[in-house]
Amino acid sequence: MSVRVLLFATYADLAGRESVDLSLSVPATVGDLLRQLRVVVPGTRGIPERPLVAVNQVHARLDSPVQDGDEVALLPPMAGG
Amino acid sequence: MASLLTRTPIDLGRLVEAVSAPDRGGVATFLGLVRNHHGGRQVLRLEYSAYEPMAEAEAARIIAEAESRWPVRAGLAHRLGELAIGDAAVAVAAAGPHRAEAFDACRYVIEELKVRVPIWKKEHYADGSVLWVDPTAAKSASGNAVDRVSGAVR
Repeated sequence: MSVRVLLFATYADLAGRESVDLSLSVPATVGDLLRQLRVVVPGTRGIPERPLVAVNQVHARLDSPVQDGDEVALLPPMAGG
Repeated sequence: MASLLTRTPIDLGRLVEAVSAPDRGGVATFLGLVRNHHGGRQVLRLEYSAYEPMAEAEAARIIAEAESRWPVRAGLAHRLGELAIGDAAVAVAAAGPHRAEAFDACRYVIEELKVRVPIWKKEHYADGSVLWVDPTAAKSASGNAVDRVSGAVR
């Protein structure tokens, strides 16, 4: 399956890009996706082990399932307000 | 619903107007302005960026939660893009029958926004350096934001 990963702020700087399309075997969790991302985009190894994540624009966890076509975002510590 | 993120100056009066009604006699507002210092360093200007569709959705969820917890109408506006010292970065307004629920709802919205809405701030300092602000870095209980967000996971 294919999943789009979005990177923001300091994580985008580390990765050198703002999005990555990953192919994952089924079934997969956000944690599986992170492990694969660290292989495919070495710069993302600088992202904390357990970052905040969102799946399809809703806060999620590392053990949340990921499905084909999902949009998974890695969220640096928020600094709004 | 009108967009909660804006690239133009925040109009607090309009936000108050949007939540006011003849039966809501208590209105509480919060205005967050761009500070000229951070961690002992002089800030010249900053930029806010966001995961915009999620930020809109999460902010709308927070407003809905406030309106279901208290008998209020609540609204918020957050600036994106480049801001100068003293500019309003965020505004919250909550209107209810009396002041207690207005204050509580207003506080709820700004506190939840800070830990749940995906917005980031890049500060430019007088010494020429540039940094993405990490509010969790300064606190010993750095796990707090993660715990709070996890609590919001559906």
